[in-house]
Amino acid sequence: MIPELGHFALIMALVMAITQSIFPLIGAANGNQAWMALAKPVARLQFLFVSIALAILSYSFLTNDFSVAYVAHNSNSLLPAIYRFSAVWGSHEGSLLLWVFILSLWTIAVTFFSRGLPNYFLARVIAVMGLVSVGFLLFMLFTSNPFDRLFPTPADGGDLNPLLQDFGLIIHPPMLYMGYVGFSVAFAFAIAALLGGKLDVSWAKWSRPWTTLAWMFLTLGIALGSWWAYYELGWGGWWFWDPVENASFMPWLIGTALIHSLAATEKRDVFKNWTILLAICAFALSLLGTFLVRSGVLTSVHAFATDPERGVFILILLSFFVGGSLLLYAIRAPSTKSGGQFKLFSRETFLLFNSVLLLVVMSTVLLGTLYPLIVDALGKGKLSVGAPYFNAVFIPLMTPVAVLIGIGAIVRWKQDDASRVWQQLRLLLFASIFIGVTAGFMFYEVHLFRTIAGIIAASWVTLTSLAAFKARLTNKKNKLAALQIIPRSFYGMTLAHIGFAFCIIGITITSQHSVDLHERMAIGDSVEFAGYKFVLDKMHVVSGENYQATEAVVNVFKNKRQITTLRSQKRIYAVRNMPMTEAGIDSGLMRDLYISLGEPLDDKAWSFRLYHKPFVRWIWLGAIFMSIGGMLAATDRRYRLKVLKHKTTLSDKLATST
Amino acid sequence: MIRYLLPLAFFIGLVVLFIFGLRNDPRKIPSPLIDKPAPVFNLPTLHAPEITIHLKDLKGKVSLINVWASWCAACRTEHPLLVDAVAKDKNLNLHLYGLNYKDKRADALQWLNQLGNPYIESAFDESGSIGIDYGVYGVPETFILDKDGIIRYKHIGPIDKQQLDTIILPLVKKLEAQQR
Repeated sequence: MIPELGHFALIMALVMAITQSIFPLIGAANGNQAWMALAKPVARLQFLFVSIALAILSYSFLTNDFSVAYVAHNSNSLLPAIYRFSAVWGSHEGSLLLWVFILSLWTIAVTFFSRGLPNYFLARVIAVMGLVSVGFLLFMLFTSNPFDRLFPTPADGGDLNPLLQDFGLIIHPPMLYMGYVGFSVAFAFAIAALLGGKLDVSWAKWSRPWTTLAWMFLTLGIALGSWWAYYELGWGGWWFWDPVENASFMPWLIGTALIHSLAATEKRDVFKNWTILLAICAFALSLLGTFLVRSGVLTSVHAFATDPERGVFILILLSFFVGGSLLLYAIRAPSTKSGGQFKLFSRETFLLFNSVLLLVVMSTVLLGTLYPLIVDALGKGKLSVGAPYFNAVFIPLMTPVAVLIGIGAIVRWKQDDASRVWQQLRLLLFASIFIGVTAGFMFYEVHLFRTIAGIIAASWVTLTSLAAFKARLTNKKNKLAALQIIPRSFYGMTLAHIGFAFCIIGITITSQHSVDLHERMAIGDSVEFAGYKFVLDKMHVVSGENYQATEAVVNVFKNKRQITTLRSQKRIYAVRNMPMTEAGIDSGLMRDLYISLGEPLDDKAWSFRLYHKPFVRWIWLGAIFMSIGGMLAATDRRYRLKVLKHKTTLSDKLATST
Repeated sequence: MIRYLLPLAFFIGLVVLFIFGLRNDPRKIPSPLIDKPAPVFNLPTLHAPEITIHLKDLKGKVSLINVWASWCAACRTEHPLLVDAVAKDKNLNLHLYGLNYKDKRADALQWLNQLGNPYIESAFDESGSIGIDYGVYGVPETFILDKDGIIRYKHIGPIDKQQLDTIILPLVKKLEAQQR
């Protein structure tokens, strides 16, 4: 009975979503206040029903209700409770439900935090988000109902894929979806602006904090995914250019371009059409990601559930939303007037360059991801495009991005003097080159060119960001007071750019200077590697709640002193009889030691893989800085003030009414 | 107006591509090599470069040649199925050989080490020249050779459980029963 209630809640949510999209849209077109006013309460009701559905699905998992097909396929009575909960989004149907839930979460956030918006505009925003919700609810109800029953009820379930039984996977999908789906807000604002036919600065101002927030979640989500792959897949890689990873990375690239372009649009009233296009593009790529992952047009390690019928449905959704909005764009964009004037040498130009570059980078990733499909369409068969292609095109294209960040931070809006900028940047450029060359020659012997280039790029981004920060303090008597006056968003920007520099360092050094060793070891054997001595202390059997594992205990010594003990396991998960390697990792700011247990070679010895990965943590540290930066920017004072002001007017109203 | 329509035009192009991708099952493309003798090869084995493996080593029994590479994501999905199939093959009917395609030896060995090695032996085709003879254009691919070394079946893309049970294994059994 309870799962049927969940099904019913989904149907009710669909009814709400339809109401939420139709009435406010018509109301906004005709100026019907009552119809527009429906948007908020109906959106909140939709959230309520979707939450009920999600709660019921979680309940079915927690109580091991194997009469629900989705539960039976993705859970097991032996599965620890926490994974039973995360199994809710472990596969296709549930992750769609999570998608819709997060969409409705963003929608009610909009209903609560957009009191400064004009009625007709807010109504359109909520209606567009409702329309997206209608699409996904229909998709769920017609092709992928998580509440479908299974007869006869199996005695036990098929278990969650062991790869997904991990802490990282509990939080990775919700984070990623917060980012993906968060771009629907920017999309809805863009469509609302196009529908209203009035593209102005206020539109950019309203959508900025939302976009930055979504970008922040996406950054975190991608970093979590990479971290998860690093320690869980057991071969020390942290990015694979897998179609599914690309599907999340492409919206990130466009989202990055979008937040910068929005800044220019808001501050200088320029690039309005371009920004709109980026907003549509970011959301389109989120939908495309869903399509690629769920339809099975591309094969990938991540493709959990693939089904061509579902693919057709998502394709229809994709065509409707993206095609429709691009058509609307084609109709409305020609009449947009650009406001601000700027000279060629100005911050506007550099921001535009950067967002075009990011678009180009995204296109190359898209090309690489879809190339197998294109080749297939030409009748040349199926192939996979691997990391060599992506590395070959990505790194050269991201280098100018780093260069432009530095210049963009210093150049003034509207118009600047090239010689002034050169004077300011000259010293920083030489300093960066000096740091890069010195550090390169001091610490490294191989791959010097790439290493030095990476360090120069990172130093350049850091130094220019700090210089721009310092420029805000010059000619100020009271430095402390000056620090307080600097807007929070500026702190955010600086931190995010420095985070980007951290990523450059991490990626460069890890990929150029990681070493690994394949070694046969028996108990008591020791091996010298990367300045450390690894001693296999013992092998023993450990059992977890739903697996049996052989664990290798390896003591690590440096200069005769023991510094750590690494434990790597080879697990066999009982239900699916699937082997998994758990790597033993000693993490540090400057290096990770990573060991993974291989196959038994004979009675006594096992094969081991040892890795020394310098600076690998910096990749994720950089991502964390970037997202904190995003958080700071999104919560800048001027956005909070608006909310605060309305809170007081609301409480005033309440006070007068009582 | 025209230039504002460009994004839409580009998108429509993408959709056409996707429709094609959804309708076309690439695994159904026939190979011109079917029912022809398998191209001869003589390659070093993956585990020991000094030892070579020749096509005639495969003759006399029904054998499978699985083209794989450590850089291929789809192989990773297929691999556990192969390991499992070989482990379950109590009668030793399944003679599975690997053709390690355009790979680095160390990477390939590590890959087998991590994920298990279902192959009797893997031939190491570093340059991909044997792959060309076999008309390999995507990895993974799997060929089934009868006792005389004639290619009887070619599968493009990763094999799934259903295909293994309904197509591959029955065909191996059927070919095994045939007299030479």
